[in-house]
Amino acid sequence: MTTPMSEVAVAITVNGIVTEHEVEARTLLVQYLRETVGLTGTNIGCDSTSCGACTVLLDGESVKSCTVLAAQVDGRSVTTIEGLADGDALHPMQAAFREHHGLQCGYCTPGMVMAAVSLAQEGGPLSEDAVRKGLEGNLCRCTGYHNIVAAVRAGSADMAGAAS
Amino acid sequence: MIPAAFEYARAGSVDEAIALLGEHGDDAKLLAGGHSLLPLMKLRLATPSVLVDVGRLDELSYVRDDGDTVAIGGLTRHHDVEHNALLREHVPLLAAAAGEVGDPQVRHRGTLGGSLAHGDPASDLPAVVLALRGSIVARGSGGERVIAADDFFREFLETALAPDEVITEVRVPKTGAAGWSFQKFNRRAQDWAIVGVAAVGGDAPGVALVNMGSTPVRAAAVEAALREGASAADAAALAAEGTDAPSDLNASPEYRQHLARVLVGRALAEVGAGRS
Repeated sequence: MTTPMSEVAVAITVNGIVTEHEVEARTLLVQYLRETVGLTGTNIGCDSTSCGACTVLLDGESVKSCTVLAAQVDGRSVTTIEGLADGDALHPMQAAFREHHGLQCGYCTPGMVMAAVSLAQEGGPLSEDAVRKGLEGNLCRCTGYHNIVAAVRAGSADMAGAAS
Repeated sequence: MIPAAFEYARAGSVDEAIALLGEHGDDAKLLAGGHSLLPLMKLRLATPSVLVDVGRLDELSYVRDDGDTVAIGGLTRHHDVEHNALLREHVPLLAAAAGEVGDPQVRHRGTLGGSLAHGDPASDLPAVVLALRGSIVARGSGGERVIAADDFFREFLETALAPDEVITEVRVPKTGAAGWSFQKFNRRAQDWAIVGVAAVGGDAPGVALVNMGSTPVRAAAVEAALREGASAADAAALAAEGTDAPSDLNASPEYRQHLARVLVGRALAEVGAGRS
């Protein structure tokens, strides 16, 4: 039988690169990404599963990394905001956020973009209603939702176009 | 916020999870999607010393046609319940309500079994399983047993599960062509329901309430009135009977009672239940 351990060895693929570390069992995925791997694009906002600033993709699906243990993700694949662009070429969703100015202060933006990428992958070109409902888990305290919705609609159409 | 230190073990099978729970007793908790447990641990409202991670037991993630019922593996995520074709056709109330839990990120992690085991009266799915008169299959060192939803929720965050039992399956009857409704009243997107209502029509209408007591609760007076041929309006007027609505920042008990009556009225109208 497996013996419970306070330290856990994890091998997590982050943006395509396998990272291997021994971490405390209680290490949150967002801490692992920011402090162990050193990728600080994933922000911590509310730290209580509400605001979505820490959203990353886990095997392609959006999750709030403040509410996932690094140990739970051992052997799986995580994509952060740093892993979206292809060199200097922005991901279509990033480009849409720039084009439509889908940000004000920018703090929520990495989480918004990651949530939007997951949403677009599941739902193809998105209606305004689908974007507004689909982004329920991401809060923007600048109240910049109007441009964010426009950006995600455009980005989802671009992603669907690129895929077909 | 980081949880208090604990020891972590990933179970390779249900039997191993049961054995680990047996060995570590009350100090151990099961970890599935973690979207009820980890927030409590971060707030230090829960401080288990051992977490038994069952999240990799893929054999507990399924939706299966069992004739008159649909069987759902305990580790089936809300996202998968929401989008499952069998459930959307035969138990649309459950699929629709699963799509109202939290937000997309939460639904990518949270599981049906985890939500029921947590037993939170403010959660959406316990009330849905109550309204559907579903049952919960639990496996422990004493073997497997089937617990009716009505017997499952005991006290605040307390269920009929023994410390070493794992929810392996949830069974819900197919509702056929019966109407259904899920009403969730909150002030902000993604919040818990201030009050919620799950309702299904048919020969024996089922109505259950979210956040109207220390457990998810059946609206027994409403159901009885409907059985006796009451109108939807008369039945809905009884929605707060037998409840014990909590008071918090969002609402007083009186406001919740009012909401229950209004929301049950809306639900029954959508279901098409009650004499017109």
